[in-house]
Amino acid sequence: MKPVLEVKNVTVRFGGVTAVDSASLTMQGGDLIGFVGPNGAGKTTLMRVITGIVRPQEGSVWLEGKDLTKLATNQRIRAGLALAQQIVQPLRKMSLLENVALACGFAKTANPFKALKSFDKAAEKATARELLGRVGLQDVVDAEPSKLPLGYLKRLEVARALALRPKLLLLDEPLAGLNQSEASSLADLIKTLNQDGLSILLIEHNLREVLRICPQVYVQDLGKSLAFGNANEIMNQPEVIKAYLGES
Amino acid sequence: MAYEITLLTTMAISVLFALSLNFITGFCGQISLGHAAFMGVGAYAAATMMKASISLLFVIPVAAVFAGVLGLLVGFASLRVRHDFLAITTMGVVFLFVGVVRQQEFLGGEIGISGIQQSVLGRTGFMLLCVVLAGVFAGFSLLVKRSWLGFVFDSIADNEDVSQVLGIDVAKYKLFAFVVGTATAGIAGALYAQHYRFVGPDSFGFVESISVLAMVVVGGIGSVWGVMFAAAVLSVLPLLIQFVDDYKILVYSALLFSMMRFSPDGLAGIVQRLRNRVRNR
Repeated sequence: MKPVLEVKNVTVRFGGVTAVDSASLTMQGGDLIGFVGPNGAGKTTLMRVITGIVRPQEGSVWLEGKDLTKLATNQRIRAGLALAQQIVQPLRKMSLLENVALACGFAKTANPFKALKSFDKAAEKATARELLGRVGLQDVVDAEPSKLPLGYLKRLEVARALALRPKLLLLDEPLAGLNQSEASSLADLIKTLNQDGLSILLIEHNLREVLRICPQVYVQDLGKSLAFGNANEIMNQPEVIKAYLGES
Repeated sequence: MAYEITLLTTMAISVLFALSLNFITGFCGQISLGHAAFMGVGAYAAATMMKASISLLFVIPVAAVFAGVLGLLVGFASLRVRHDFLAITTMGVVFLFVGVVRQQEFLGGEIGISGIQQSVLGRTGFMLLCVVLAGVFAGFSLLVKRSWLGFVFDSIADNEDVSQVLGIDVAKYKLFAFVVGTATAGIAGALYAQHYRFVGPDSFGFVESISVLAMVVVGGIGSVWGVMFAAAVLSVLPLLIQFVDDYKILVYSALLFSMMRFSPDGLAGIVQRLRNRVRNR
């Protein structure tokens, strides 16, 4: 079986600065991998390479054996990627239900002519309601995003990503800005989604929650792949401790 | 009766023109500051053909194609980037259009093209044609708003980056809106040429582009009914009130400023708020 994600020798330079230096990562179907590293490690840059927002100078990205390297972001999403962004970006003029329903209708929005011929939204709204219930937002489906706290909007990002029925879910710091109880509850949800069979790559600074829910971690430092494997073993490796704490 | 026919024809052409800009700016959130250039392309194409005694009913779709093709070219050049770039590009297009037309002898240069023959439809028949075309495009706009196309346009107008992450090909949708809007402006241009039986470069410049933008903003960006109402009223106001005719740009600019300051969602927004207030009593 082909890996769900392969990142092969990706290098990204911004002017003279090398943000990602020949990084590689392989994920199998059903994996939940915590993607960690100190600030400035190039985690978000690599995530942006995977989603196509940043084009690498070298290397390639593959999803279930399909080369995504030359595809635009929207084409990668249609190929099976979904992204919940670090800075929440709801469509502010739409209700939560409409935000998710739009994502549910990705088959109808493939091109303008198809979208022009489609009118019925009932099926997508029913699915959206179900997904919002799954992430614990069943009581606020008709609310406007601007009236809801950050914890709700983080869950909306996850529901909207799930609506795309992805092969791989990319989560960029979903726990950032949440209090411990909210973070713990959202981490539990991520674990449940993975147990239901969804492959998830989780960028996160909250190591406590990463180690609690992720069986494996991938560590990056100064743009380079540092370690990959069993979460508890990796986090006890001297070079990983050094990357986080510096030389003693 | 002839006067009323003129008023209604003027209204219908303005409504069609304003709705064509509303399709781009109101639905898809793309600001165009040079929409009159596309009307001008349709008007000049139609005027040239009508001078050669080609039937109006053939001229109208050809004018739409000419304006739509120019829209496609401008769209390709500017829609892959952000709104402000499109606004500046379209502003450049309108100046370029006027500059080029002024230098072309076969387009009448500074003097323009006059003496366009009246169509076989007669004045009343032509008025009905204008009203029907404006009505059909208004109906199409309302249909789009109800469809998934309208849903996607709403998301693009709200946040292009998010739309992209939801798998939407933003550039393709923006281009679609731009081509439909500019082709329809070309139709309005063909009707304009027949209505006034004259086209000149000054009729399709930056001032006209801002005037039609004022109609969209005053009516309510994105609101089909609001834009129709504003376009109908603002287009005939200079014909009914001498002061507005003398100080047209001053009046339109004051309206544009007042709306952006006090009710950015235009008359449609004011009506909606009043309805909500009555409902909540």
